[in-house]
Amino acid sequence: MYGEFPLEGQGQVDSLLDPAGSMKPATANRLAIVLFSGTMDKLLSASIMATGAAAMGMDVEIFLTNWGALAFRKDDYKTNKRVSADFADYQSVLMEQMAAKHVTSWMENLEGAKEIGNVHIAACSHTMTLFDLRLDDLEPIVDEVTGVAAFVERARDSAMTLYI
Amino acid sequence: MVGPIMISREIDARGSHCPGPLMELIRGLKSAHDGEVIAVISTDLGSNTDIPLWVQKSGNELVAVEKIDHEATRFVVRRRIRAR
Repeated sequence: MYGEFPLEGQGQVDSLLDPAGSMKPATANRLAIVLFSGTMDKLLSASIMATGAAAMGMDVEIFLTNWGALAFRKDDYKTNKRVSADFADYQSVLMEQMAAKHVTSWMENLEGAKEIGNVHIAACSHTMTLFDLRLDDLEPIVDEVTGVAAFVERARDSAMTLYI
Repeated sequence: MVGPIMISREIDARGSHCPGPLMELIRGLKSAHDGEVIAVISTDLGSNTDIPLWVQKSGNELVAVEKIDHEATRFVVRRRIRAR
């Protein structure tokens, strides 16, 4: 019996919201990514996922928070050689192999994804405030600065959401 | 019987990494006219799954998949004829 518990999807804020707006929506053909990391290994992964999704006809919604947002500061990607601390011992071999095999940069991947698909990139307003950043301080590939609710609203009906 | 297939453009994406060859194919098809046949050569193993899947899903036609050597594969694709 669960009569004493709120029904699924009906949290404490429901009394403030129009019930129709909090119904579980139909699934949209969209990949949502929370891009929290600013190390190039993870940026590369996220960019490849985004490209694959765009190629398969999915919309892509990327939300840049914390180090993910800092990685999009103008020109930062040109010198970003950071690798996740867990894999720091692979850093030199990764850099070597990427150079030897002419692997496209994560920024180029995202540009390619935008070229073929509907890819929207938003930077987290909290992070922007925290680091005194404005949209102008970020690479032009970033579309806008939004709050977390705007992203959650886009993620809510997305077919997939990744946290990278 | 199908007549001989004329490949109007071949994109050499050897050495490009996943999803690079697929991206090259998509770019190529975007600029192709309806029914035009283009080919992309890939050495990325992911292309073996991704290109046929993409071609099917996008409604284009996979005309041929040919092994060129032990590393490279040629994917021949005909652009979908769009509804008028």
